[in-house]
Formats: sequence, C-alpha cells, structure tokens
Amino acid sequence: MTEPLLSVQDLSVAFRQGERDTLAVDRISFDIRAGETVALVGESGSGKSVSALSILKLLPYPTAHHPSGRVLFKGKDLIAADENEMRKVRGDDIAMVFQEPMTSLNPLHTIERQVGEILKLHRGMSDRDARARTLELLDLVGIRDAESRLGAYPHQLSGGQRQRVMIAMALANEPDLFIADEPTTALDVTVQAQILKLLAELKSRLGMAMLFITHDLGIVRKVADRVCVMLQGKIVEQGTVEEVFGHPQHPYTQRLLAAEPKGRGNPVPTDAPVVVDAGPIKVWFPIKRGFFRKTVGHVKAVDGVSVRIRKGETVGVVGESGSGKTTLGLAILRLVASEGPVVFLGKRIDGLRANEIRPMRKNLQVVFQDPYGSLSPRMSVAEIVEEGLLVQDKGLSYGERRNVVARALHDVGLDPATMDRYPHEFSGGQRQRIAIARAMALEPEFIMLDEPTSALDMSVQAQIVELLRDLQKRRNLAYMFISHDLKVVRALANHVVVMQNGQIVEEGSAESIFAEPKTEYTRALFAAAFNLETVGAGAVRQ
Amino acid sequence: MNENVPVVSPAASIPVAPPLPRQGFIRLSPLNRRRLENFKANRRGYWSFWIFLVLFTLSLFAEFIANDRPILASYKGELLYPAFVDYPEEKFGGFLAQTDYRDPVISQEIQENGWLLWAPIRFSYNTHNLDLPVPAPAPPTWMLTDEQCRPIAERTGGTGCSDIEWNWLGTDDQGRDVVARLIYGFRISVLFGLALASISSVIGVLAGAVQGYFGGWVDLLFQRFIEIWTAIPALYLLIIISSIITPSFFVLLGILLLFSWVSLVGVVRAEFLRARNFEYVRAARALGLSNATIMFKHLLPNAMVATLTFLPFILNGSITTLTSLDFLGFGLPPGSPSLGELLAQGKANLQAPWLGLTGFFVIALMLSLLIFVGEAVRDAFDPRKAFR
Repeated sequence: MTEPLLSVQDLSVAFRQGERDTLAVDRISFDIRAGETVALVGESGSGKSVSALSILKLLPYPTAHHPSGRVLFKGKDLIAADENEMRKVRGDDIAMVFQEPMTSLNPLHTIERQVGEILKLHRGMSDRDARARTLELLDLVGIRDAESRLGAYPHQLSGGQRQRVMIAMALANEPDLFIADEPTTALDVTVQAQILKLLAELKSRLGMAMLFITHDLGIVRKVADRVCVMLQGKIVEQGTVEEVFGHPQHPYTQRLLAAEPKGRGNPVPTDAPVVVDAGPIKVWFPIKRGFFRKTVGHVKAVDGVSVRIRKGETVGVVGESGSGKTTLGLAILRLVASEGPVVFLGKRIDGLRANEIRPMRKNLQVVFQDPYGSLSPRMSVAEIVEEGLLVQDKGLSYGERRNVVARALHDVGLDPATMDRYPHEFSGGQRQRIAIARAMALEPEFIMLDEPTSALDMSVQAQIVELLRDLQKRRNLAYMFISHDLKVVRALANHVVVMQNGQIVEEGSAESIFAEPKTEYTRALFAAAFNLETVGAGAVRQ
Repeated sequence: MNENVPVVSPAASIPVAPPLPRQGFIRLSPLNRRRLENFKANRRGYWSFWIFLVLFTLSLFAEFIANDRPILASYKGELLYPAFVDYPEEKFGGFLAQTDYRDPVISQEIQENGWLLWAPIRFSYNTHNLDLPVPAPAPPTWMLTDEQCRPIAERTGGTGCSDIEWNWLGTDDQGRDVVARLIYGFRISVLFGLALASISSVIGVLAGAVQGYFGGWVDLLFQRFIEIWTAIPALYLLIIISSIITPSFFVLLGILLLFSWVSLVGVVRAEFLRARNFEYVRAARALGLSNATIMFKHLLPNAMVATLTFLPFILNGSITTLTSLDFLGFGLPPGSPSLGELLAQGKANLQAPWLGLTGFFVIALMLSLLIFVGEAVRDAFDPRKAFR
C-alpha cells in the first residue's frame, strides 16, 4: 500500500471557554491517499468542519488548541508547522472551498483580481500570464463565456457561478488535496447536481485527492470512495462507501441511513371545504430608474399564480430559489402587498387594513425556515409561544395562557417543564418545534410552512415531517408547504405546484407529478433532487 | 443538547404548565446574567462604577456635607431644620429676613438656648468666607503659616491656623470655599449630563426607531432633515441666545437638547433597518402584533445594545459640553457652582494654582471613571466577548 497523502493521527481540538476546555474533536484518525475522495459525514456540531479547518490550521488560535495528534501531509507534520510554512501550504498544496459562496468572495474585487491574486502570490506570475491562466481556470470550472466574466463582480454572478469561481480559485495552483466544506449546501438542488458533477470531473482529470464534508448522505454515496462518520467529535465508523452503506455497524450510522423522510401525505376527502382560494396573484416589484424614479419595468416575483387549499390538505410548492415560492406564501398571508383576490374561509382578505386582518391572523399562521432566526433570543419559550395569545385571546389569564403554552409544547413533543428556558438552550430541531408550537397555540386553520426543514439535519428533518403529518391528521389542518427539498415534499404533500420564474409550470396530485413529471423543468428538478444528476441542462437556469 | 431528551410522546396525559420558577428580586435572563458577568470581569470598569456611584451619591447629599446652615438646631426647646426651612432672623433676635447662622452673634444665641448640628463643612457653594487670613483667592489653610492666621485666630481666642475655619482646598477669587463649590459643581455637572444624555437618548432612540422601522419616505425625509439640522452651528446659537437671556439650568438643557438628540439616531436606525427583516419580527407580524408592540418588544432590545454601549460616552460628552460652556462664560448663571467656572477662575488667577489644579483633577477623575465604566459596558454587550 502506498504512503497516504494526508494522514490525520489521533487529532483532538479543544476550545477554551473561560476556565474550561470544550473538546470539539476527540482523537480522530483517518488517511487520504492520492486521488481518493474521503467524505466526513455527521450532523451539525459533530466536529466535521473543525476537523477540516484544523488540517489547514485555520481555527481561531489560541482559543482553539490541539491537546493531541498529528496531521501528516506528505510526511510533514502540519500541527507543528509555523505560520510561514502553513501559508505556503494553504492554497498551494491544499486548497479549500467553503459552504457559503455568497460571502466567501470579496464583493469589492472583480473575478479576475480574486483568482489572479493567488496565481501571482504563489506562482509569481505576471499580469498577463495570470490573466491567461484565470481564463483557463474559469473555462475549466464551466463558466461560459469566461472572457466577458473576468471583469464581473461577485454580486453579478449567481450562487452556482460564485461557487464555481471559488472552485477555480482553489484549483488555481493545482493542489494535491482539495477540501470541500459543504460546498453545495447553500445551493439549489439543480445547481448542486451541476457542482457535484463538476467536482467529479475535475477530480478524475486532475488526479487530486478530495476531503468532502457534508451532512447529506446522498452526496456521499454519489462522490466518495471512503467515508468517515462523525458523532460528537469522534469518528464512530469508517470504511469504503459500499461497506458503510451496505452494512452499517455503528447504531448511529444505521439511524442516519434510516433517517430519510418517509411516508406520504395524509389522504384528503375530495369534498373537504376549501380553506384558502387565492389567485391569480401578482406580486410585481417596480424597477425605478432615473432622477424622477420613473418605473421602467417590473420584477415579476409572482406572476398570476392561483392556489387552492382544502381542509386537511397539504399543497407543496417547489422550485428553485428565486422562483417566487416564498413571496407567494407571504402574499397569501398578507405580509407582502399583492394584486389579485385571496379568499380565506370564504372571506376576501386582500385589501383589508392591518387592523381588520388582525383577528384573521389567528387562523392564518406561518413557520419559517430558520429556527435560529425566527425565535427572539431575548424571550423565554413561554413568552414566545404565548405572544400570539396576548393579541388574539385577550381574555385569558396568566395561568390559562401558561396552560395553553404547555398544551402547545406537549403537542409538538416538547416537555412543558422546559417552557421557562431560552431558545439558545435548544437544538435546531427543538427550536423548530417551538416555532411550530407558537403557530399551533392559536389553533389555526391554515399554516404556511416556509422551508421548515431545510435548515435542519437529516434525521431531524424526518422527525419534523412526522410531527407535521401527525398534527395535520389530528387537527385537520391545511398546509402550504414551501420547499426546494423534494424528498420532504413527497413525504407530506397531496398536491404539488412547481414554480419557475414566478409562474406555475406544472401542477397536479403528488402521485401523478412524482410518477410522471410532464415538463422538462420538473424532470430536471427531480433528477437533481433524487439522483443528484443533471438532466436537460438547458431547462435549468445556471 | 441531545435531540432526544425532552421530546415526550404526544400520546401522554394532558399536560400541565409547570409552576413558575422561583424568581429573585430582579429576574435576569441568561443573556443579561452573562453580560453582568462580563461587566464584573472588567475589574477597572467595575471598580470605577462603584467609585463613581459613591461619589455621585455623596454629592446628591451635598446639603448635608457642605452647608452654611446647620442641619438641625434646637432653640428654646423647639427643634428647627435650618437647612430646609427659612427662619427669619428675628426669631433669634436679629433683623435679617433670612438667618445668617454663620454670624457669631446668632450662633452664640442659639448655642446658649439649645444646640446646633453643623454639616462637616460649614460653607455652601455661595458662602463668602469673611474671615480670610489673606486676600482672596486664599490658598488652602494648611499651606498658611501660623503667622498669617494669627489675626483671625485671635478673634476667637486662638493662636494659629488650627484655630480658624479651614478651607481645605482654599477659596476662589470671591472667598468662596473650593471644596463646597466642587461638591455642588460635581453634582450639577453629573445631573446635567445625566439629564441631557438620557433625554436625548430617548428622543434619539424613538426617532431612529421610527425611521428604521418604517423606512422609505419617512426615512428619506427625516435623514435629510437631520443633515440640515446638524449643519446649524450650535455653539454660535448658544452664544447668541445667552447674550439675550441668562440661561438657567433648564434653558441650557433645552437648547443643548435641540442638537444632541441626533447622536443616537444613526445607530438605532441602522439597527432597526437590519432587524425589521428578521424572521422573528416577521413571525410576530404573522401573529397579528401591532407595529408599536413589535417595535418595543422585538426591535428595541436589539437597538438597546448599541444605545447602552454609546450612553456612557454621550454622558461624558454632555458633561464636557456644560463644563466648556461654563468655562467660556456662556453656561449656567453667574454664581452657580460649576467646574467650568472653576477652571475659568484658575485661568484668570494663575497665581492661585489650587483653583486650576483642583478643577483639572476633579474633571479628569470624573471623566476617566465614566470612560472606564463605558468600556466595561461596551465589553459586557460585546457578543464576541462571550468566548474568551
């Protein structure tokens, strides 16, 4: 067996917090051979990103430190190396791509300057050579018409293109090891499929090794040769992809593999009363130009979309980001201004004033995507959940309100005894349960779920989907479920609406759509989501 | 934070709200508790805070420390409160409308028919010491020789400086005790600073909140107004006004307020602009909360962090403003105890260095203490400080 390119031996990472040390990574060991792809899998907080960052020593030292371990790269210990040596390794021998392409690029510099900088720094290239090489690299990562893109600033590129630029920067010096830290998590499914395809191609063409960090097992199966499963800072299982996926040994791996959202939406009787009948809805944002701010055109966020939701039914709205899904939901909730009728429980609510709509809000609730952002960090759980009651049920006494809160927390599977704690004491999944409890406390008829699972870990997603389905069954709720994650939509929706550029491209019952998608766009979306493959490249916006 | 621990089966019995947790005198959220810890961790700021608090509290009771009237007196079996009640002098056999208790005749009269309880320093800020051994401004008594003190001491049957009334830090050019004027001056400076800082913060926060929350035209017009408003030279305006009327404490406060409220608007506005699109604010809107409730309950706490961080520095600025106006002679009416006026006297009387030095040290101490407190407050509210 050949000498491994990178050998992580017994590595620990600890963070100093006041007097105490918190161990984030606990004595992990793994090897990466040249040309091999190793995936680090685990839930958020399991220490996978910290492990990757400590290879390049990018952690906030001296707050972070290594109680034990070595990182041998081509036989040299990187942990013992000083900052000067590390600077030569970073970006030259080992390159890294981060999760968030929106913030990883400097917004004030052009693409040419950012990519060229690395070439000039590590290779000492002249301006002209650097420009030629930059063009070559942009071509390599599949940016079309690279020449005209050289002068572009990051905000002029889409998320997928920015991630391609990041990859081009990482590849600039032909690194031996490429570390990708959740490179596709912030991207749409279709773009994710393209980026994965690109990475696979590049790897085989350039023969570099890759350390791939992700929480998505589907991606691991697609790209990795070997996989390390991390749990609470330890590697609990490692082996080839076939071994680990075929015969998972550790109970955690087994649970992770079984964690995909399962089941189908609750059946709805065809004569169920209609709760929401909206549309055709238009949300146009004017584009204003010139000194007098004359309206020269419109951004058509939602352009003539109709939705009808019955009692006990879930309507799934799917599409890429920017397709107008969320705006449609906010328009139905009357949280953004829109044109077109919105009928809720037989009453038109568009055109009502804020005061008139306030009593209706009791029946019209929403759960947002980010459980970290949607709960005020300054309020206890009880205060968060009872907030709506203070407006909608003014007659309730303090004790009664606390009982309603307790019941709501119990319904979402949380212990009511925790109601006086603060959100930061709960995990992501538990926070999302609190957000659901806040909506449930008012006993609404209709809940808009705006990507409620996409900020959560895979196994937690499945639990939340179960919970939502269970609540719907017991309370006969109507859901509008907005998501780009088609697996979750399949597990919950009765009726699916596929949106692109503010318009509906296809809609129908969940079974028929998932069984035989009719339009090219839907097919591309499904292929990307379920098989991580790109189909019909023309149909999907780059 | 194990995902599985508090999750209970929904099929269990009907849930009951837990009893309210025991609450202390003041219930602090964990966040505020951590901030308090951070504040205490800054030793310099923490000690400065207590020293300042003690000094300020003492100065609030200035009447009990430095006063030219006794705090309590008993005269012919009657209990009197001369510090708070004006008694005509005829009560004690004199002829003035207000009793001059420092008059040896009066004090002897009371002593013979009862007793007197004096404050530790028997001068108020406006008491002229008529028994100065040397011409005003007189140096601190401990700097004088017994030779100089003798003529005054002999009036009461003494021989040297230990037998006369002491001016610990000397007197100013009108023979008024510097310590007494310092205590009163400190109080008025801090009170003025506090009033100016807090009122202008309230106005600034409200204005910033409205601009940030509603945005659009409100924001645009308000911002342009503030730009024009801040272009007005406040100092010249003050000089013009004070040449027409004699500005009292409240007139001065009002005029300075006209211009100082803008200092916080920018910060609060930015904070509201940022926070109004937070998801929990959106969620609150979806729950049907009114704009005012959202602003107060959800957005204001965000903005308070920035505000509280700035507040000690604004307080300092306010104190300095008053001091500099007094120094220039456009501040409080003549005769008021004021640190700025003390500095001006020091400048005018270079032969009496105790005036300038005292003023300098007191102002430096006060401002430094407040800056240290401000630093500690800033540390306490710094979110990144948590993991150190």
